[in-house]
Amino acid sequence: MIPKLKLIKPTMIAAVVALIVPAKADLLDVEKDTLKFGFIKLTDCAPIVIAKEKGYFDDEGLSVTVEAQGNWKELLNRVITGDLDGAHMLAGQPIGATVGFGTQADIMTAYSLDYNGNGITVSNDLWEQMKPNVPADEDGKPIHPITAESLKPISDAAVAANNKLKMGMVFPVSTHNYEIRYWLAAAGIKPGFYFDPSTGQVDVPGFLNGDVELSVTPPPQMPQTLEQGTIVGYCVGEPWNQQAVFKGIGVPVTTNYDIWKNNPEKVFGVSKEWAEANPNTWIAVTKALIRAGHWLDAAPENRVEAAEILSQPNYVGAPVEVISNSMTGTFEFEKGDKREMPDFNVFFRYNASYPYYSDCVWFLTQMVRWGQIAEQKPDSYFKEMAEKIYRPDVYMEAVKELIDDGEFEEEDFAEAFAAFESGGYKEPTSEFIDGKTYDGTKPNEYIQSFDIGLK
Amino acid sequence: MNGAVVDTTTAPPEGAVKAKKSKFTYNPNRVAHTLNKLGLGYFSPFARLIGKDEPAKQLREIALNTLLPIVAFAGFVIAWAVLAKAVQTDSVQIPSPHQAWYALTGTAIPAFSHPFPESIEGLEAPYFADNDGMDPKSINGFAQAEKLAEKEYMISQQERVDKFLARSEEAAAEGDTEKAAKYKENSEMFASKTYQGNKTFYDQIWISLLTVAIGFIVATVVAVPIGVLCGISPMFNIAMNPLIQLFKPVSPLAWFPIVFVFTTWGIATPPSDSIWQRALFTSAGVVMLCSLWPTLINTAVGVASVDKDHLNVAKVLKLGWAKRIGKIVLPASLPLIFTGLRLSIGVGWMVLIAADMMAQNQGLGKFVWDMYQNGDTMSTAQIIVAVFVIGAIGFFLDRIMLVCQRLVTFEEQNI
Repeated sequence: MIPKLKLIKPTMIAAVVALIVPAKADLLDVEKDTLKFGFIKLTDCAPIVIAKEKGYFDDEGLSVTVEAQGNWKELLNRVITGDLDGAHMLAGQPIGATVGFGTQADIMTAYSLDYNGNGITVSNDLWEQMKPNVPADEDGKPIHPITAESLKPISDAAVAANNKLKMGMVFPVSTHNYEIRYWLAAAGIKPGFYFDPSTGQVDVPGFLNGDVELSVTPPPQMPQTLEQGTIVGYCVGEPWNQQAVFKGIGVPVTTNYDIWKNNPEKVFGVSKEWAEANPNTWIAVTKALIRAGHWLDAAPENRVEAAEILSQPNYVGAPVEVISNSMTGTFEFEKGDKREMPDFNVFFRYNASYPYYSDCVWFLTQMVRWGQIAEQKPDSYFKEMAEKIYRPDVYMEAVKELIDDGEFEEEDFAEAFAAFESGGYKEPTSEFIDGKTYDGTKPNEYIQSFDIGLK
Repeated sequence: MNGAVVDTTTAPPEGAVKAKKSKFTYNPNRVAHTLNKLGLGYFSPFARLIGKDEPAKQLREIALNTLLPIVAFAGFVIAWAVLAKAVQTDSVQIPSPHQAWYALTGTAIPAFSHPFPESIEGLEAPYFADNDGMDPKSINGFAQAEKLAEKEYMISQQERVDKFLARSEEAAAEGDTEKAAKYKENSEMFASKTYQGNKTFYDQIWISLLTVAIGFIVATVVAVPIGVLCGISPMFNIAMNPLIQLFKPVSPLAWFPIVFVFTTWGIATPPSDSIWQRALFTSAGVVMLCSLWPTLINTAVGVASVDKDHLNVAKVLKLGWAKRIGKIVLPASLPLIFTGLRLSIGVGWMVLIAADMMAQNQGLGKFVWDMYQNGDTMSTAQIIVAVFVIGAIGFFLDRIMLVCQRLVTFEEQNI
């Protein structure tokens, strides 16, 4: 029901509208205009929340509800069954689902929600043991990045005592799982495999031949689980690292920015059936998300506002000061050791919302490395999968629409156009904690370069 | 609501002097009796007092019935407040009674210090003033904020309507009738939009009640016929008994994945603004599977223990099957069936919270789960509010079933 406002002369409105909105393109003919999206209570759901709260979905003629989900598995199930039209997903989730690790289903993405945004936190107790091994500057502050070298002697002692360290991550195909594994393996700690090629044994929890045991804990439960002593460390997204500092129960030692600079984190995933049935709706949703991502990175004060919105009980719900810590470009390691981290959460800069094929391929290489994909695959397999799951064409369609609408200039998307024209792979990079070079077009070369991992 | 109502129905009506029947005089005994029967035994001394039936005794009874629960409740609140001070770790704490009050109403009690000093620190007054002075993170404050959000939404949608109307006019003026019609259509589309709001606590209460109602009704429809068959036919009873005994103790958490498969298979995806979400049926299915056993077993026992004389009468009268069940067996076993139904609704309400959590049904279970995930003390305080509300609703559901049960029971029974 729309309250009837006093009728203003149409000519007046026309004049006003003409001033505000330059040449507007037409609305897309959406196939489905009432949508429900799922999310998990983490700050990187921000583009979805902002697109809703700022009315970007409404501008496309879409009525959207966003609903918190219990856990990642539930969320994926509901996208597959169609209860959700789309969702905030771990970047590895569409890939894991498509290759059939865990639940098999075709999931696609045209929008990368953010870069970075995770941290590894250890308990106070473990930190006390690690700290003497961490090099410090003249003020006595630990020098970052802190590598797992400082953890190695403790882990070795634990293995010798047959009492392996237990750590938490949020999902078997989550970025967190691959990041904490990468961090541990870079220092020679074996994180455990899902498959042993010598015996053909498959291990669902992924503990095979490992020096530590990494198990699944839902993000919001991480701090409690750490405090209860079930795990001694975890890798999780925000605000659950800052929560640990805030409450004095743990110390974040590193962020995934240090493990891999500007690594993909979450994506907006939809099922293949949905995408095929609603092509225009998918573009319209992507348009709204791009605007939201752009807004989030446009000005620092927008982040402050975003933190306030996210702290609403129906969204992330954590106290606003906990959320703002990381959302506004800082990160607190030890209590009081607050450092500038302008790129801790990236939503749009560095072309962060563009779905690069090379990002998809990286996850596939890690799945092979840890035995989630049980056999070695040719390079062509990686390319084929990436093109099936990542859909930059839809992203570019949305970009063109936005430019036609007059919302954006072509220069705003210079990087996206360049990426799309050059085939959608990032330049080879060696900005990893172990200094290895990753070239998305040569995945097998990358897999071969690891000391720890299946080849 | 908070404990002041006490079940005095089990106490036999005192001083039950047979009053002479008169249509026009107030009969305190009769009123008191009716009140007892309706599960409102607390009020029967009042009724007697009005009728001047042993006023001193009634006053004493009222005082006892009212004061004792109040004292007990006050003691509980004090114990809670003490506990809240004691039970605190770095990551979690038990919210105090004042914090729970604040979590519900969004306003602090002026006489005490603010329960969440950090929540108002550095915030400008308008932040709350915009929201009628209520903290938008509290239950009532959130409901209020939703109302405001809906108003804002309507205004912004109206702007979109106007914008496209203007564009339509513009196109028409330029002679492009096709475009004009399209923009007109767009503006009508925007005008037809309704606010897709967030569920408030109160919406979630209704969804929970709806879920339990569906689960309970289906459970009854399934359990009563099977129970009647078990009661009539010893053979059928022997056949069914192992199944009943096997499934009766199963937890809702174990039923969930199985029900989930059924609803996913059997129910088409509803539009996302529909109230009939698949999760609601999954949750109702779990409630149904857990709550059908007490009704089934009580029905079977009730039917099996129908007076043999009654059945013999039926034989003598040569009543057919349907009549025998409809006229004799069912009426005779109604009290026990309703005992079963009362137990069933209790079980159903109790498992609902777990079912909602698993199925992500937008009821009270989801509220509790979401608040648990939010992880700050304010959210824990809201869970405490939810606990009281869940308890109160469970109590009322039980009362309603008790009344139904009494209405079909011929003699006054103490159940």
